[in-house]
Amino acid sequence: MNLRDVATVFWRDWIVLKRRLTKFIFSRMVAPLLCLTAFGWGIGRNIQLDSGSYLDFIVPGIMALNSMNLGFHSIITVHAERVYHKNLEEYSLSPISAESFLTGKILGAVLKSLISSVIIILCAEIFGANIFLSPNLFLVLILNSIIFAEIGFYAAMKLSSYEEMAQVNTYILLPMSFLCGTFFKTATLPSAVRFLVECLPLTHASQLLRNLTSGGGILFESLLILTAYAAAGFFLSLHALKNCQED
Amino acid sequence: MIEILNLVKKFKSVDKNNQPTFKIAVDNVTLKIRRNEIFGILGPNGAGKTTLIKMLTGQILPTAGKIFYDGKTFEENKTAIKKMLGVVPQHINFDQDLNVGENLELHARLYGMEKIDRRQRIDKLLSYMELADCKNYSVKKLSGGMKRRLLIARALIHRPQILFLDEPTVALDPQVRRKIWALIEELAKGGVTIILTTHYIEEAEKLCQRTAIINGGKLIAVDSPQNFCDRLGKNSLEDVFVELTGRRNSL
Ligand SMILES: Nc1ncnc2c1ncn2[C@@H]1O[C@H](COP(=O)(O)OP(=O)(O)OP(=O)(O)O)[C@@H](O)[C@H]1O
Ligand SMILES: [Mg+2]
Repeated sequence: MNLRDVATVFWRDWIVLKRRLTKFIFSRMVAPLLCLTAFGWGIGRNIQLDSGSYLDFIVPGIMALNSMNLGFHSIITVHAERVYHKNLEEYSLSPISAESFLTGKILGAVLKSLISSVIIILCAEIFGANIFLSPNLFLVLILNSIIFAEIGFYAAMKLSSYEEMAQVNTYILLPMSFLCGTFFKTATLPSAVRFLVECLPLTHASQLLRNLTSGGGILFESLLILTAYAAAGFFLSLHALKNCQED
Repeated sequence: MIEILNLVKKFKSVDKNNQPTFKIAVDNVTLKIRRNEIFGILGPNGAGKTTLIKMLTGQILPTAGKIFYDGKTFEENKTAIKKMLGVVPQHINFDQDLNVGENLELHARLYGMEKIDRRQRIDKLLSYMELADCKNYSVKKLSGGMKRRLLIARALIHRPQILFLDEPTVALDPQVRRKIWALIEELAKGGVTIILTTHYIEEAEKLCQRTAIINGGKLIAVDSPQNFCDRLGKNSLEDVFVELTGRRNSL
């Protein structure tokens, strides 16, 4: 891996984002504002939790969801670049390594995801949520977006049609959005379902974020699991990239 | 300097009855391309020209056979070989989210060029290709001919020593085509090796020192256009082509 090449790949994503930054920021405010209104103000009024308000409970859930979605959706533009515009050929012809390309693309997705996370934190503050901010919080947000960027990248290298890409969203992201401790505690699930759900990365991201935003420390086991997911995702994505370059 | 030994590419495919089968796109091709020549690859649609170029430029792996650049295989010397090659692809493949100048800049950065060199080279090539006014245009807004010229400009930014052009003058008006021919000759004079695929017989006749004729993935013959005509007693490369491939020029 070569840092300069990583920077080149990231530079491309950055200038594309920079041009649309204002639009991007506004568009990223819509979903959190809706969620905060519906779940925080609407439903949350009638829900009493032993540990503070429902608003405080779901803000970290929304953050987990958001970094998942942004990680995934920011990177899957490589699908059209590979299949339709074919401009990934430029990278495969050039002397940069597959590692550098993948890393640059992941960093581009992480940047978008982080900007979006900051917007959510600001919105949550406006809604009066009590959340503790810490460097670890950002570490988890970054890790979570890396994992889902890798899932998106892997799918973009493996799948040939837009329909199949949309199915990844339907069958992987959507179920995780609802089940992984984002809107409720996984402890309430039947034990078999709970076991399955606790194998998924988003569950650990939600738990970590919830613990951190309520002033607790880092859950090392969950952090380890996320790190393992990120590492495995990197190698699988790299493998998929190399294979599709070689046809 | 480029040695191609028994090169084969098979693609997975399906037959008439939708059964899985293989399509042999390049069939046991052995060929030497010399330093500093303009080498033509002539063949009808589907002959395997693009597949051959993709293997030579490391975009796809051969099913069998070997490619040597100055005695070294692609894998042995990947980065150095890639820096040496420039490729003008058959289809337009710009980054749709970047404008004209940014597409060129991305290319220059990918090849590790320094900032000042990058800027100068981009401006020089844009003006040579008569695209200087379009530097800030979206690539989506260029005409077909402008896109082709930009493809060539992009391939030249990092000063390749070997330039592959896959049907570079398709759909260009005669003036632009002539201009590109002049550029190719100028590059060759400057020491660049050129490998060019084409449908236009007169293009091969005018530019190429040697031409390979391929059909159905097989290399049929390699010679200079003049020798082809003399050998087969034909008046033009077109007649030679028809005789050797058994079909009219695909255009
Ligand atoms: N990715 C692929 N998968 C399956 N078959 C392929 C693939 N690429 C090319 N082919 C087949 O290989 C053969 C050679 O194709 P190729 O594109 O190399 O021809 P060509 O000489 O460049 O033709 P043209 O003049 O039309 O550009 C064709 O029969 C084509 O259908
Ligand atoms: Mg072709």
